[in-house]
Amino acid sequence: MKTAVVLFPGSNCEQDTVKAINAVGSSPATVLWHKDRVPVETDLVVLPGGFSYGDYLRAGAIARFSPIMQSVVDFANAGGLVIGICNGFQVLVEARLLPGALLRNEGLHFICKWVHLRVERSHSIFTRSEKSVVRIPIAHGQGRYFIDDDGLKSLEGCGQVVFRYCDEEGCTSVESNPNGSIGSIAGVCNEAGNVLGMMPHPERAMSEDLGSADGRTFWKSLLNGTLTQSH
Amino acid sequence: MIRARVNVLLKEDVMDPQGKAVGEALNSLGHHEVRNVRVGRCFDLNLTGEDPAAARVAIVEMCEQLLANTVIEKYDIHLVSAAGGMS
Repeated sequence: MKTAVVLFPGSNCEQDTVKAINAVGSSPATVLWHKDRVPVETDLVVLPGGFSYGDYLRAGAIARFSPIMQSVVDFANAGGLVIGICNGFQVLVEARLLPGALLRNEGLHFICKWVHLRVERSHSIFTRSEKSVVRIPIAHGQGRYFIDDDGLKSLEGCGQVVFRYCDEEGCTSVESNPNGSIGSIAGVCNEAGNVLGMMPHPERAMSEDLGSADGRTFWKSLLNGTLTQSH
Repeated sequence: MIRARVNVLLKEDVMDPQGKAVGEALNSLGHHEVRNVRVGRCFDLNLTGEDPAAARVAIVEMCEQLLANTVIEKYDIHLVSAAGGMS
């Protein structure tokens, strides 16, 4: 699978993401500058974490208008796979490729810690061989997922919630929800299932020695799977 | 030249922890009459042209495109007249 990682001014997780992809994927990832276009042969575009454009105005709001974003939108609309991680997720909601919005954390603090996630959509192209509960770190100040009541019903009804914050056993609660996200939502996909946004960083969970290798499983199943999509 | 002020605030049904923290701080300073605080953003714009109606149309577009995220935020637009009053 040919993968491209987009580098916006202010991105800071693109090298970790490239290393993660190169560690388990069959072909090396390309880094695209925000003024580039998505090459035609690309299978997967990753918008990495960081602080694109200094998070000015709202996180992701300015990056959305980067030259590359129009070609990312076209790529996604044509069925190409897109993942936004952390700031990348914020860019995807601002670009309206994903529903909802990401707000300042409930407790106002930047949170950097390991969390558990329940994989709600285990049969998606992004989560084929995931365990039901994974351990992956978060690092964000604006990660509180919000969507209005009708939007939430639609998300749940269409099975678009991919990850939920939970405890070690997979139970969701106020305590296991680090940022006050509605429905403990940590990651969602679009209705077609080819665009995923998630606040946790799978590229930072690549080794048991460093806390967890659950991110390795995530990338491995995604990059080495077939391109046939199942819902 | 037309001057305009745009206020962007979170919608009522969106929790505003920043506003809550400011409200609590005001209460702790002795301002017990404060019940609810919402924190937003204010943009002052200077625009070329003299037609207020056209300016308003343009600013609505700016709000929808960039200044506000209408999933979570609402906005209001005030044009500043030559005399300095808001409308």
